[in-house]
Amino acid sequence: MTGTVEIRNVVKRFGKVEAVRDVSFSLPEGETVALVGHNGAGKTTLMKLMLGLIRPTGGSIAVLGDDPAAGQFEARRRLGYLPENVSFNAALTGHETLAFYARLKRESARACRPLLERVGLTHAANRRVGTYSKGMRQRLGLAQALLGEPRLLLLDEPTTGLDPALRQSFYEIVEELRGRGATVLLSSHALTELEERAGRVVIMNRGSKVADGTLDELRRIARLPTRIRLKVTDAGLANVPNWLGPVEGWRRVNGRMVEIDASPERKIEVLRRATDEGAPVEDIDVVPPTLDELYAHFLLSQETAR
Amino acid sequence: MRNILIVARKEIQEGLRNRWVLATTLLLAGLALSLTFLGSAPTGTVGVRALDVVIVSLSSLTIFLLPLIALLISHDAIVGEMERGTMLLLLSYPVGRWQVLLGKFIGHLSILAFATLLGYGAAAGALAATGAEIDAQSWTAFATMIGSSILLGAAFIAVGYLVSALVRERGTAGGIAIGIWLVFVLIYDMALLGMLVVDQGRTLSGGILNALLLLNPADAYRLFNLTGSAGVSAFSGMAGIAQTATLSPTVLLAALAAWTLVPLALAAIAFSRREL
Repeated sequence: MTGTVEIRNVVKRFGKVEAVRDVSFSLPEGETVALVGHNGAGKTTLMKLMLGLIRPTGGSIAVLGDDPAAGQFEARRRLGYLPENVSFNAALTGHETLAFYARLKRESARACRPLLERVGLTHAANRRVGTYSKGMRQRLGLAQALLGEPRLLLLDEPTTGLDPALRQSFYEIVEELRGRGATVLLSSHALTELEERAGRVVIMNRGSKVADGTLDELRRIARLPTRIRLKVTDAGLANVPNWLGPVEGWRRVNGRMVEIDASPERKIEVLRRATDEGAPVEDIDVVPPTLDELYAHFLLSQETAR
Repeated sequence: MRNILIVARKEIQEGLRNRWVLATTLLLAGLALSLTFLGSAPTGTVGVRALDVVIVSLSSLTIFLLPLIALLISHDAIVGEMERGTMLLLLSYPVGRWQVLLGKFIGHLSILAFATLLGYGAAAGALAATGAEIDAQSWTAFATMIGSSILLGAAFIAVGYLVSALVRERGTAGGIAIGIWLVFVLIYDMALLGMLVVDQGRTLSGGILNALLLLNPADAYRLFNLTGSAGVSAFSGMAGIAQTATLSPTVLLAALAAWTLVPLALAAIAFSRREL
C-alpha cells in the first residue's frame, strides 16, 4: 500500500546536528495527522524534506508519487503548504498576492475572491499586505495553501495568531478538505487543540519519532491513569476509605472534591464503588489522559531509555 | 516558460509598486537631460553632430550608473527573499528554481530596460525638439548605445544574482555588490593604467591588454561605444585607440553576453544546490 506520503528511514544532518534521525511513517489518504514535538524536534525539517526544499542525508521520501528531492515539482500542484512564519511581499495587495500564487498553480484568478471570503479577508483584499496584522497574514497564508483543491496539506503551526473564532472556522475548512479525501499534516504546540481534530498523532523528540498512533492507542501504550473527580457530601468526606475501598493516590481538592488517579485496570472498580447505592457522591467527572500528558509521558520515557 | 513569465510579471508589478521603476527612470532621465544640455555648452549650439556628443557623455554616465542600479536591484533577489521567508513559500509551488531565477532576471531586466529607454530617449527627444540636426548614422549609434547599455545592465544583474545565490546574509550581499562595483567601474581601469605606465610597453603585449579589457564588462562596453562609430570616436578622444584596437565590436558584444550568461548559469547552479 502506498500512502500520500511515504517516509522511509529518513536521516537529515545539518553539519554535526542530526535534525532527523531514522524516521519512517506513511500518511494515508483522508487522514488528519498531528505532528507533535518541541521546537527543534524536527517537525519543520520533516515538512521541508517533504517539499524538496532540502534533501535527506539518507532514506527515501515519496510525496504524491514523486520524489521531492529530485527536482520534480509537478506533484506540488496538488499540495498546499503553510510555513510556520508565513510572509509575503509587502508591496502587493492581498488579492494580487493570492492571484500570483493561483497562476503558479494554474488556477483561475476567479478562485481568489471566494477563498479570501472564506478566510475573512474580503474587506482587506485590496490593501497592501504590508498593512496586514499577524492574524491577517496567517489567514492569507491559509488561503494560498487552500488553492487548487490540494490532495496534501502541510500546515506548520497553522493556528498561531488566529483568534478563537477563526481557529474554529480554520479547523472546519481542514475537516471539509479531509472529508474529500485530502491528507492533512498539522504541527502544533497547542496540543489540547489538536486533540479533537487529529485521528493520529506522531510525537517527535530531538529528531526521532517516539510515538505514532491514534490517541486511544497511545493511551493504551502509555498506561496513564485516568483522573476521576468525585463531588462528595460532607458526611462522606470524613471517611473516604470506608466507601471507596483501598484506593491509592486519592486526594482532596477544592474542599468537597475527591480526585483519584485510577490505573486502566482499576478504573471500572473505582467507578462502581463511587456509583454504588449509598455512596456519598453527588457528581462524577472522568478525565482521560490529555494529549499534553501523553506527550510528556512519551518524552520522559524516551529520555530515561537513553 | 509560463512559470518564468508569471514570476517576471510579479517582479515588474513589485517594481512598479515600490517605485523602483519610477525612481530609476527619473534619475536616468534627469541626468541624461542635464548632460545633454550642459554637456553641449563647450561645443556650442553650432555643434554639428550634437547627438554624437550626447552618446559620449551618456555612455560615460552608463558606465557609472547602470552597474550600480543593476547591482542594487539584483543583490537582494535570492538571499533577501530567503531572509524574509517569501522564498520558502514560493519554492513549495510547482515552479523550478531556475524558472524563479530566470523570471526574476527577465523582470529586473525589463525594469532596467524601460528606465534606460525612457530616460535616454527623453534626452535624444529633447535634443531633436530643440532643432538640432541629427543624421541617420547618429541615430543608429544612439540606438546601439542604448542596446549595449541594457546589455551592460544585464551583465551586472547576473553578477548580482550570483552573489545573492552564494552568500548567507543580505548585508554580505550588499557589501560584496558595492565592492564589485568599485572594482569594475573605478579600480580596474586605474590599475590597468598604472600597469601600463609602469610597464612602458615592455612585457604587456596588445594581446594581453585586449584580454584584460574583455575581463571587465564595463571596459568592453566603453570600447564598444566609444570606438564603435567613427563620428563618436572622434569626439571621445578615443580615435587613436579605435585605430589600433584589435577588438572588433562583435568580440566586445560577445564578451558582454558572456558576462551575462556565465554568472547567470553559475547563479542557477548555486541556487539549485542551496538548502533553505
